[in-house]
Amino acid sequence: MSITLTLADWGSLFLHFISLSLLAVGGAITTAPDIHRYLVDETHWLSDTQFTSSIALAQGAPGPNVMFVALMGWNVGLNAGGGLAAGWSAIALALWGVLITMVGIMIPSCTLTFVATQWAHRNRDMLAVKAFKTGMAPIVIALLIATGWLLTGNHENPAKDWPLWVLTGATTLIVWKTKTHLLILLGFGALLGALGWI
Amino acid sequence: MSGIPKAHHGAAANAPKSKTDLFVSFTLLALQGFGGVLTVVQRELVDKKQWLTLDEFVEDWAVAQILPGPNVVNLALMLGGRHFGISGALAALSGLLLAPTALVLLLAAAVAGVADTPTAQGMLRGMGAVSAGLIAAVGIKLMGALKNNPMGMLTCMGIGAFTFVAIGLLRLPLAWVLLSLGPLASVWAAHCIKQRATA
Repeated sequence: MSITLTLADWGSLFLHFISLSLLAVGGAITTAPDIHRYLVDETHWLSDTQFTSSIALAQGAPGPNVMFVALMGWNVGLNAGGGLAAGWSAIALALWGVLITMVGIMIPSCTLTFVATQWAHRNRDMLAVKAFKTGMAPIVIALLIATGWLLTGNHENPAKDWPLWVLTGATTLIVWKTKTHLLILLGFGALLGALGWI
Repeated sequence: MSGIPKAHHGAAANAPKSKTDLFVSFTLLALQGFGGVLTVVQRELVDKKQWLTLDEFVEDWAVAQILPGPNVVNLALMLGGRHFGISGALAALSGLLLAPTALVLLLAAAVAGVADTPTAQGMLRGMGAVSAGLIAAVGIKLMGALKNNPMGMLTCMGIGAFTFVAIGLLRLPLAWVLLSLGPLASVWAAHCIKQRATA
């Protein structure tokens, strides 16, 4: 697809990601529904397919999940430049899109994190700081287990999806009990998927 | 802020040697982290490099989780900032983001036409199921750190079970759970810490 972005449009793209940054409690992925509303439904700068494949690709590639934001910036820029076929000018705009979205989503939360955690570390013997860390510990651990559970439970059809559940369960056991390299496990999962067994 | 004495309880065995060490370590860590970096972070920083003990990791992770922004990014900023101030934080952050960004963009350009094929979809599905297991396994491993929690294992298990039901089964919004259960647990934790100090 091809779109036209004015300087003001780039500005509002930047501002939108800045405003989302501090709302991303529990990871950048929690802002995905709002990004969809803004980029796909409202401005039509991104197609629905581009949105979905950006998330899938970021999940499949190494690095933090927030990479999906970079991919969306890339695709918006690419659309503004007339697609990959348009050559280097489109790639330059795509990189510009990556910069706008990533810097936008990063600056507010990183600044807050840096300032807050430096303060907390200097005051680590304060009762409030200790109590916060101690009290939150069981909650965040349960959150991790719940995330694993939610990602598994995502497959709606037990009769067809049970091999995925088995794979998730087996992975949990293997990682917990052995030192198997994680890449081997991921590669194995990819292989099973590619062969169509799960 | 370099050379912080490792005085406080159960200190970690090692520390990052330099900003370059931070940058390189986080780059390698990010490049191993398919479907999220958390599992690798725990293995690398706690088990292998021993920059953090398991207890410290859980504490830092709690903070990284509650602050806005990607958890792993927050953890990198904390660790970098603790040892080398703002330049350390930037070194860890750029290590975590630069190489993966370059890689994911190359990947996007390369698979532009392939991503919708059944094989590619199958691979993503298989890797998704594995990464769900990776995340759950880290959670189970971290439970070991609760043994030293002043609130006691039983209370921790209760709070954990409550959280799991709220998020995993009832699918309540994360903010509700953190803002209601978090302060309650912290107040109780403060009470337990005070009691332990006077005992």
